[in-house]
Amino acid sequence: MPEQRRIIFQHIDEPGYSNDLACYLRNGGYTTLRQAFQRKPEELIEEVKRSGLRGRGGAGFSCGLKWSLVDRKSGKPIYLIVNADESEPGTFKDRHIIHQDPHQLLEGMMITCFANNVKQAYIYIRGEFPEGARILERAIAEARAANFVGPNIAGSGYCCEVYVHRGAGAYICGEETGLIESLEGKRPYPRIKPPYFPAVLGLYQCPTIVNNVETLCHVRHIAAVGGAAFAKTGTPGNTGTRIYCVSGHVQKPGCYEFEVGRITMGQLLYEACGGPLPGRKFKAVIPGGSSAKVLKFGERFNGRRKVGTTLEEYNWALEDVPMDFDSLALVGSMGGSGGVIVMDDSVNMVEALGNINAFYAHESCGQCTPCREGSLWMKRITARMAGGGARHGDGALLKSVADQIAGRTICAFGEACAWPTQSFVQKFGDEFGAAGSAAPSAEALAKAEAPRAERTRLV
Amino acid sequence: MISPPKPDLITVNVDGREVAVPKGTNMIEAARAAGVDVPHYCYHPKLTVAGNCRMCLVETGQLAVDPATRAPIMDPATGTQRINWAPRPAIACATNASPGLQIRTTSPLVKDCREGVMEFLLINHPLDCPICDQAGECKLQEQATGYGRGYSRYIEPKNVKPKRTALGPRVTLDDERCILCSRCIRFCKEVVGDDVLGFIDRGSHSTLTCYPGRRLENNYSLNTVDICPVGALTSTDFRFKMRVWFLKQTDSIDAESSAGANTVVWSREGVIYRITPRRNDAVNDTWMADSGRELYKAVRTEGRLADIRTGSGGPGGLDAAIQAAAEVFKANAGACAVVGSGRSSVEEQFLTRSLAEGLKAPAYLVSRVGKGDGILVSADRNPNVRGALVTGLVASLPDRNLSGLASAVDAGRIKAVVSVGEDLSEAGLTGAQLAGISIIYLGTHRNGTSDAAKVVIPTLSVFEKAGTFVNQQFRIQKFSAAVPGPEGAADDLVVLARLIEAAGVRRGQAGGLAAVWSEMEAAVPALAGISYGNIPDSGLLLDGTPWAGLPFVEGESLHFQRVP
Repeated sequence: MPEQRRIIFQHIDEPGYSNDLACYLRNGGYTTLRQAFQRKPEELIEEVKRSGLRGRGGAGFSCGLKWSLVDRKSGKPIYLIVNADESEPGTFKDRHIIHQDPHQLLEGMMITCFANNVKQAYIYIRGEFPEGARILERAIAEARAANFVGPNIAGSGYCCEVYVHRGAGAYICGEETGLIESLEGKRPYPRIKPPYFPAVLGLYQCPTIVNNVETLCHVRHIAAVGGAAFAKTGTPGNTGTRIYCVSGHVQKPGCYEFEVGRITMGQLLYEACGGPLPGRKFKAVIPGGSSAKVLKFGERFNGRRKVGTTLEEYNWALEDVPMDFDSLALVGSMGGSGGVIVMDDSVNMVEALGNINAFYAHESCGQCTPCREGSLWMKRITARMAGGGARHGDGALLKSVADQIAGRTICAFGEACAWPTQSFVQKFGDEFGAAGSAAPSAEALAKAEAPRAERTRLV
Repeated sequence: MISPPKPDLITVNVDGREVAVPKGTNMIEAARAAGVDVPHYCYHPKLTVAGNCRMCLVETGQLAVDPATRAPIMDPATGTQRINWAPRPAIACATNASPGLQIRTTSPLVKDCREGVMEFLLINHPLDCPICDQAGECKLQEQATGYGRGYSRYIEPKNVKPKRTALGPRVTLDDERCILCSRCIRFCKEVVGDDVLGFIDRGSHSTLTCYPGRRLENNYSLNTVDICPVGALTSTDFRFKMRVWFLKQTDSIDAESSAGANTVVWSREGVIYRITPRRNDAVNDTWMADSGRELYKAVRTEGRLADIRTGSGGPGGLDAAIQAAAEVFKANAGACAVVGSGRSSVEEQFLTRSLAEGLKAPAYLVSRVGKGDGILVSADRNPNVRGALVTGLVASLPDRNLSGLASAVDAGRIKAVVSVGEDLSEAGLTGAQLAGISIIYLGTHRNGTSDAAKVVIPTLSVFEKAGTFVNQQFRIQKFSAAVPGPEGAADDLVVLARLIEAAGVRRGQAGGLAAVWSEMEAAVPALAGISYGNIPDSGLLLDGTPWAGLPFVEGESLHFQRVP
């Protein structure tokens, strides 16, 4: 099994390592920032492009490409927003970075700001992280006192301010345009795209970069070692390391940092995490936060995939799937935010889906119709099923509702709430009754309609 | 008239039909131009795009071209250029048509999208239709019929929300019916500048409400009821009064000010139930003030005049009243005055002028100036002062009160006054002055002048007759009779025509609208070539330059700028 490669998490959980500036400086902190000031901003952007870094927030979008889409000719200020609204169920890596190594984030931010000529940066931190917000405020104050934030940073003549903004407890604020609305003081209704792409019309209608906490920490590392060296870690197209947050039914849940794609699902769960609990067997895993489609143990995946420039046959069991963006997409799920949720054979999949659906129904912002109504409907169906009120055709109905949401909403929340239902019903059809069959026709439904008394009881 | 510049036209293809639309047209309007209806709830042509209802999802595509040579890629099966359809549907409201854009509104995917959205909108919508005021003019009903599946798969309990919240003095909210389209929120913010509505809670539990400590009480609040696609926002006044399908719609003009908002008067069996705005993109868009919607209530009030009074004291017919007026004219020859009105129609003002000329009497106008709100209530509360200028009834704007008339009465130069609907006591004449002269009063309501008048002839309100007003833009606009007048009231034009004859001028024609127009068209240069019939529903802009130097009181408002 490959060893962990702790770059971002180098000092996380290290005995004696504290989150103050002195400790960070003792460990070589802010030297990368000083060196960055010796270079041209365009060079730094080039390094990030060369590194192949992909965003660690969920979509896995190329960081360098995101930066290159920023409208630099508008004459308007460019903003950087750190998306620290880590709310995807099963994901808990950014909180560790903020709590234990906040200056790493700040240094990555300041390098990003310098590279993109950003004069004001915001850290939008999840409302449920009050301690993280306090730590960041203190870290910023320390950095300002030591001249790493504020006017004329480290004598470079470059000025940049950083502000912490606490969310008010809404998952939708992790969606970048919802986050921007919230930061502007409005309800976090995601914006319609086009035309409101953050790179052009972001915060206060100015070009804006929104990056995840872990992504910006990688930027610091890229600036230190160079894009080419960074690209050598991980696998082509899936460079660097990433932090897998493993939760659920494994012996040793927690955060594990590996080179992307150099570890398989089986290695991660059986070797790094110690395998299933005694006497249990793995049943299913959600590989990238609760929005990702569930994968079933026993599933096999085969086909051809591009490796470098050649096409390669693959024939994987779930345990063989490399934990990178492209491979997980290939098997019909996604790397997402790195939240690996493991379920063993003790889990009732209807209950598990009911739990996920309850989350999405609670967190749907309510702006657009399919997600607003569909998420609550799916929650009510799974709650009824889990409560013993399952009816014939519920599985097909669930899937049909989910199909009516995905791809038809303003933001990606539509997919996020539809994918779990679609995949659970498809892969665990036996637990969802007559799943997989077509949606019932009006006639079939009328026939299947329960007598009025029974309907009243269900209500 | 300066013709507007030709907009840049682009060609798009809607369901296989090519249509040229101006650049910047969104797909809903482009489809409309092609005769294709794209259903929608949150989109409103006069508000910003929200894109939240998702009802207008359509498929879009581009004609396929070779990336290198830009040569069209043909489909060998059909022999036409291939179309690259986007994998996801797009909302038609937020996407502007681009040259060559292909739009598909009838595909299985679009049908499925509409069925899905309809189902989602209905699952938590109460089955209130039998008791809902919106029934009959409800977008949800219409589009459920047109685009829904026709059956429900929903067996779970529905959301429960407040059913009758008074958002303000005139608007009642039923939150369960609300489909959260945010039209009302955007209207208050964008058109009125009174940002008072918003959503609280989230997801399907989102609820429309006023900001804490605020009420929806601006003078445009009832427009939210008009644009609400469902029965969530209802007019407290109209609520539960009448089914809309029983109501007759008559085009009219808001007579509360010179802004001249276009309206529809809704009536049944001679009774008016409500007034709503009528779209006119050059005047009022789709809006009108709440105050203008209340005007119909004056039609049936206590003080409505119904009995003709003649000089001899007792009631009599119109002939007797005209005879009495003729006697007054004769007795006071050379000492008569005519008080016309900025509330009269253009036609009435023209006849009022003829009457004044026949009597060789000076003509006055009563001024009504208030505060303009910058939207659709202008500072001039007379709807038709410009009509009086155009017809030549007066040559300048009215004085603040009738001081000229008052001093002429005091000096004994004026001994008889014909008042066309104006209350002279309110306009500045004292009781003693009124008692000293013979008054012939034409009007709808009892007041100090009618009490003092020798001859009283009840006439019609704006809702009971047809005619035209000239608004602040010098736009002549038609209104029609929505309901019949009360028994005993006579048409103003008929009365004026007979008074002119009583003044000794022989008229070949009676006071019919068409007859007055043919007379007027010949006599009034600004109206040359126009007849009542050929004025379009959206009005006709007259040349106002002869009066450009007058100190009009209106400030800037919707679609109106002061001429510097």
